[in-house]
Parts: sequence; C-alpha cells; structure tokens
Amino acid sequence: MEFFKNVNVDWMGKAKYFAALSLALLAIGWISILRAGGPRYGIDFRGGTLVYVRFAGPPPLDKIRKGLQDAGLANSSIQTISDNVLNSGSQNDVVIGLELKGQGDESLDAGKQSIVDVLHKTFGTTDTAGKQDFNALTPSALTIFLTQKDPLSLGTNAGERYGQLAQRLLDARDKEHGGILTSFDELKNVDGATPAVLSSLPSAYSLGNFTIRNVEIVGPKVGAQLRRQAIFATLYALAGMLVYIAFRFEWVYGAAAVIAVFHDVLITLGLFSIFHFEISLTVIAALLTLVGYSMNDTIVIFDRVREDLRLMRREPFDQVVNKAINQTLSRTILTSGLTFLTVLVLFLMGGEVLRAFSFAMVVGVVVGTYSSFGIAAPIVVLWNKYRGQGTAVRAGSAADKRVAAAARR
Amino acid sequence: MNSQLRWKFIFIGGVIVFCIFGLVGMPELPTSLRQVKQNLVDRIKLGLDLKGGSHLVLQVQVDEAIGQRCDQAVDQLTKQLHEKNIGFGEIRRVDDTHILVRSVDPATSGNFRDLVNSQFTDWNPTPAAGETNGFLLTLKPSIVADLRRDTMDQSLETITRRINALGLTEPTIAFTGRGVNEILVQLPGEGDPTRAKSVIQAGGQLELNRLADEQTYPSESAALAAHGGVLPPGAQVVSGRSESTKPGEPQQAYYILDRAPIVTGQDLRGASPSPSSNNPGQYEVRFQLSTAAAQRFGPFTEANIGRRMAIVLDHQVYTAPVINGRIEDSGVIEGQFSQESAQDLALVLRAGALPASIKYLEERTVGPSLGADSIREGVRASVASIIVVMIFLVFYYRLSGVNAVVALVLNLLILVAFMAYAGAVLTLPGIAGVILTIGMGVDSNVLVFERIREELRNGKANASAVELGFNRAFLTIIDTHVTTVVSAIFLFLFGTGPVRGFAVTLVIGLIANVFTSIYVSRAIFDWHLARMDRQAALSI
Repeated sequence: MEFFKNVNVDWMGKAKYFAALSLALLAIGWISILRAGGPRYGIDFRGGTLVYVRFAGPPPLDKIRKGLQDAGLANSSIQTISDNVLNSGSQNDVVIGLELKGQGDESLDAGKQSIVDVLHKTFGTTDTAGKQDFNALTPSALTIFLTQKDPLSLGTNAGERYGQLAQRLLDARDKEHGGILTSFDELKNVDGATPAVLSSLPSAYSLGNFTIRNVEIVGPKVGAQLRRQAIFATLYALAGMLVYIAFRFEWVYGAAAVIAVFHDVLITLGLFSIFHFEISLTVIAALLTLVGYSMNDTIVIFDRVREDLRLMRREPFDQVVNKAINQTLSRTILTSGLTFLTVLVLFLMGGEVLRAFSFAMVVGVVVGTYSSFGIAAPIVVLWNKYRGQGTAVRAGSAADKRVAAAARR
Repeated sequence: MNSQLRWKFIFIGGVIVFCIFGLVGMPELPTSLRQVKQNLVDRIKLGLDLKGGSHLVLQVQVDEAIGQRCDQAVDQLTKQLHEKNIGFGEIRRVDDTHILVRSVDPATSGNFRDLVNSQFTDWNPTPAAGETNGFLLTLKPSIVADLRRDTMDQSLETITRRINALGLTEPTIAFTGRGVNEILVQLPGEGDPTRAKSVIQAGGQLELNRLADEQTYPSESAALAAHGGVLPPGAQVVSGRSESTKPGEPQQAYYILDRAPIVTGQDLRGASPSPSSNNPGQYEVRFQLSTAAAQRFGPFTEANIGRRMAIVLDHQVYTAPVINGRIEDSGVIEGQFSQESAQDLALVLRAGALPASIKYLEERTVGPSLGADSIREGVRASVASIIVVMIFLVFYYRLSGVNAVVALVLNLLILVAFMAYAGAVLTLPGIAGVILTIGMGVDSNVLVFERIREELRNGKANASAVELGFNRAFLTIIDTHVTTVVSAIFLFLFGTGPVRGFAVTLVIGLIANVFTSIYVSRAIFDWHLARMDRQAALSI
C-alpha cells in the first residue's frame, strides 16, 4: 500500500505563504500571552501552593469559596477538573491554588495547612462522635486499630497479618475507588475483609466526603531557580545541536534548524496561553520532546538535500530542496501521522496529569513537521540565494564527505 | 543461513535473553507466573509522581552554625583577655565570620597577637581599618568551608537517623546538588508528610540549665528590670511556656538561666515515651544520661536541692522543676504530650540535634490514589497508541511491517531492561522520553522502508534495494539520533530532576533504537531474502 508516489510540489515557491502563516500564528499566540501579562507559569515556576481534592459527589464550589474567604484566603483560586476529556460527566475533582502571600519561606506550610483546615471545617471530616476519617487514613494507623481490635481473633501477635490486611484495604480504597469510599461495603471484595472486619470499621471511622490527592508547595526561590535552570538546560541543548549540525552539514543548516525549533516552541507557548494551559516542569519535558522531534524531521530533509546535491550539480538550489522534500514527503506524512496518533490517544485517554503535557505534544508534532519544510528549508534556500545567487553554493563539509564515503564502503 | 547471519541472530537472541533476565530473572529466577509478575514490579522503579509519595526539599541554614562558632570565639576570647590582663575597649561580633576588638592597650598588643596566634588558630588577625589599635579577626576561609561541609554532613546524618527511626519504607535522603545547602528527602508511599516534616524540622537541642534567679517574669524587659538592667554574669534570658494554668495569666514566661548548661543532648544515652504518672492520659519523655554526664549531674543535683532547674528544648524552656533530691542518670520531660508527640520527641532526642535549623523550600505530595490513576491512564494510553501504530505498520508495509513491529517491541524491551539494570526511575517526563523514542523508532523504520521502495521503483533487485535502502538511510538515522543524544546529554548535565528523567530514558531508548532499526531489522530482511524466491516481489 502506498499513499504518495511521485509528488511534485514547488514548496520553496510557497515560502512567502509559509512565512505569513507562521507570523500570523506567532502573533495570535503572543498577543494572547502579552494580554495575560506573560506566560502562564505553573506552580513549579511561580511558587505557591496547590491542593488537589477529590469529592465524593459534585463539589460544592460555593461552600468551598465561602470557607476560604472566611479564613482570609480570598486570593485563592478554585478550579474543577475532569478525569477524561471524553467524558466530562464526573467532575468531582477540584484544584485549590494559593499564590505566595509573603516573601518569607515560613508561609510555605501555612498556606497548605489553612486550606486543609478550611476543608475540614467546612465539610466536617471528624464527625461529632470524634471518629477518624477513613478516607484520610494511613496504613500504619489502620494496622494499630486492627491489631488492638483483633476482629479475626488472631491473638496479640498478629500485627504483621493485620498490617497486610490494612495495606490491602487501603490499596482497594486508593486503586479501585479513586481514594474515596462512600460506604464500607465497597471493601467487601478485599481478600481477608470478613464481615467481622468490615463491621468493626464503622465503630471507629467515618467516611469523609473528600480526600486530598496531591499537594504541591514550591517556594519562591525554588520556583525562580527551576525556571532559570530549565531555560539554560534547553539553551545548552540547542547549542549542542547547532554545533553538531554545523559540523555535519554547514553552519547555516544548524542555524536554520535551531530557528525552526525556536519557532515551534514559541508557537506552542502561544497556543498554551490561548487554551489556558499552565507551563509546568512536565510541560518543559514535552517542549523538549517536540524540540527533538522537530529537529529529527528537519535533519531528515537536510540529509536528503545533501545527498541530492551530489547527484544534481546543475539544478538550481531551490529545485534540489523541493525534490528532497518531495522525496521524503511520504515518510514525513507517515511518521508525523503515526506520532500524531500516539499523542492524540495520550491527550484523550491520558488523564488529567498528562493533559497539558500531551497538548504540547499534539501541537508540537504538527508545528514541528510543518516548520521543517516551511521554515528551516526556506532559510537555507534564502541564505544560498543571498550568498551565491542560487547556484554556486553546495552543501557538504569535508568531514561529511569522509563519513559518506566511509558509509558507502 | 550463512554463518555471518547465524552469528547475528545468536547475538540478538543473547541480547533478548539478557533483557528478559534483567526484567524478571532477579533477584532470583522465578518458578511461578506470580513470581514473574512480582519480579517485574520490583524491577521497574516508579518515580514518586507515578506511585505516590512525598518529595521534600529543605535547606540547612548553615550560616547559623558559622555564627555560633563566632559567638563561641567571642566568649572564649573575652575570658582569655581578662585572664591574661590584656586591656581592650570593646569586643564585638561584626558578622558571621568577623570579630572586631577595639582599642587594644598598645602595651599588651604583642600579647594579644600571641594569644590569637596560639589559641585562636582558626582566626586571622589584621589591624582594623579606621581604628587605632583595633584588630579585626577573620575566620579563615578553609575553616568556613570545613564548617559548611561538616554542618551539611551532620544534618544529613541526623535527618537520616530520624527518618529511619520513623520506620518509613525506602526513603531517599541526599544532597540535591542543585541549590546551596539543599537536602532532598523522598518518602515513597507517604500520602501525608505532616508528621515526618515536623520530626525532620525539630531542632532537638536539649539543655539542662540551672536557674540563676528563681523568679519567672512576664516579659524580657521585666526580667532585665528586676536586675537593674544588667544580667548577672554568665546568665541569659530564655522564654518558655508559663507553668501557671490559671486563666488570665500570660502564656509566655521568661526565665533567667545560667549560660553554661549542666547537661546537653550529647550526654543522652537514651530517651523513651511513657504515660505520665501525674496527668493520666498524657505522656512524658524519660531520658537516661551517659555515665560521664551522670558523674557531673549527681553532685550538681545534690548541691542544689530545693532550687530549680530548667529543661530547655530548642531555646525554649519546657519545664523548670524543683530539684527534690540527688538525681544520678535519668530525668523526665513533662509537658502536654500526646502519645505520638512524646514518641516523636524521644525519637528526635535519640537521633541527636541538628547543627543548624532547616527551612522547607519545596513539598510535593502525590497521594497513592492519584499515583495509581496516573499509572493506569498512562499505561492504558501508551499501550493503546502503540497497538494502533503497530496495526498501521503491518497494514501499510505488510511483511516488512511485521519486521518493524518486531524491532519496535525489541526496542521497548531493551529500553525497559536497561532502566532496570541501571536502577533508573521511571517518571512522567520519562514517559515523554519513551514516546519520543517510539516516534523516532517508527521513523527509522519508515525511512528505511521508503528508501527500499524508492530503489525498487528504480528497478533494483530485491537484495540490492534492501542493501541500498539501509545504507542510504543509515546516515540519516545516525544524524538524527546523534543530534538528539547530544541534546539529551546537555539536558542531563544541566537539567533538574524531571528533565533528567526525560534525558535518561531518551538516551537509552535511542541507542536501543539504532540497534533494533538497523542491526536487527537488517538481519531479519537478510534472513527473509535468503529464504524467498529471487524473482518474487518483496512484501513491502
């Protein structure tokens, strides 16, 4: 089966349109960023507190908001999130964010504690009988309870067996019921959870209607440090690529590839702002992935240009580039299509944690593929026109010819 | 099959066995399917973001330890100057590493220099600028560096002892190597680090001091005023909880204590919680002293019967009981402790004091349920997408597509196995590295196959088309992979945790990819070509 045979498109003739398209995309994205007052950094880079809470039912947002306001946390943000983009039905998860209040590091802990306190106060976790919340229980506490209560009549030395049972019970709570139980009956199927065990639980524990799933606290200094470090690591990586490509081809190829990659990252960041995604450390990993991907795509085309230049010594340079793109078009579409499919599945099924990450990838694959022929290749053509009016310059450093010769042997 | 090809397959088989062994064959060869599964789970180490747990970054306030050293030097120097009758105007700490001694009597300034050079060898005396007969003592940089290192090492050891005493599973405690004086603490499976955090942060500095003045005062100024504004020599004011439980009385109380402690935390032999004998339901912490300390403590308590002694914890007076009789080697810290807080205090006392206080810079806690969700969703999505890709490859390239699928599966196997061998941790960004690896793996195969098709279209025979296809695509594959590996190495060198996780999986994946998409794929093609009819069309 084959989709593309003998394509013959004058890509370089359309360079003007590509340039216009790229500028338009960049403008839209960056106008959005400027209007928002800068890129939307996540908690990693901004510093602050984030508490991720799951409720047993639809979260009572008004009550949460009021509770936070009463506690003097009016500057907190509340956002509901869904587990899955495909089913937006169950939206029981809420993220409560708190900006850094003071500059002091001491306030780091205070923010989280006051959010947790508000939740406990508003939703009464420890109910009137003084029972502990089973949904917030740790395995060690449950082990102590079970050993003391001894519902299986194992005697006093059964600590280890109750420890395993406690672990299984809480594993069932966390892995099968998303960390929140609405009834103790939901533990029926756990290995070793006899009716005696189950009936012993309600006497000491209540079931709170929320559980804290994730807490992130990042100090302001750490945030700035992480941001700086991520930027520098990326810049060094780009410089490394530039040097390698310059060594294998010519410096203008390296520069063109790096400019194209910059273009991809800037457009992706713009789209992040438009779709209200935050830039976190995980997103940086996604951006690095798209850098790698886009670079890969560009090098495939450059490699073909280099090869074709040896065969077509009399053709104008832009024709050679056109031919190289057309020859590799089939592989470009295939690879990009398959990678796009991969990340699309990830975006649709990967859950909340991977959402921003996979969004960056979905955008990155498309933009990264486009920039190889739309940005990187025209830059090289333009440079050659400027230097030698389009014919004289030929790529291929001495080193590259050596390697090529060695490969042919 | 010719012998060269046979050796190729033997080598590939060896790699596969090595990888499978790395994944399921350790720690011991499995005898049941259940054990295979267990080994696999044990060998693939998941990061905290995937399995749940707490990640804490804390900073040791090293300058405090240096400041303390400076304070000690000021105290000792003052004492020595008085003893040796060296006249001086004022002695004062300028900052953490400088002491200023003003107006040293010119007649004894030689003695002053001798004293500093013989007994304060850590300090460099220089004439102070803008002072007549003034000296500036500077703590030597090499001493500062040693002090910093010792403080960090000691903090790390103390924190490690405390966390191990808490009995958490597989904690990681290490220097971050990122910022200044930072320590990373990772507690897998810990969904609520509140208790661990307070145990880590507790200073744990215990001192038993004699009360220089039996009275307690409602404020520091009141304490000073009672002595006419000047404290008795060698005394200090320390705040603490008021022992009065009457409502309306201030909660804070101020004590005047001897500066020099009778006993410190270093003299402890043990500490344990026990139910309080006076207040049922509450707990207290009992401690035992070392033999050497007991020899000091016994005579001291005997000589001071009827007077009060303060138990000072982290510069706060906990209690100030009256000494009722001679005490040899044990004591009690009473207070309003619950069982857990008494346990924690005993643990902190046993593990020793921190040499300097610490601050938390970062806390990330992933609850076990969220970690489980991430794994489930991440794995489900990855498996689904890989299957889609594989179906497409077989559909589009037919038999050659099967070859590509084999290469892809082997690529993933090698990647996971090497991560297991290297003890690398799989994190969310690591999954990003896996995705890029898969993308580039598919790309390598597609590059080769498209090239082979091109050569076939140009009328080449099967064998030479395969040969040319691989040779021509080889350079491209090397170029793309080396570029990405170069960037990954830079990311590893300069990046932080998550970025590094990405770089590690990427480098391993790409090296595996060059092996599978060139070496393995080529071997399978050669094997197929050798078996098939020369004239038949290649299934590509």
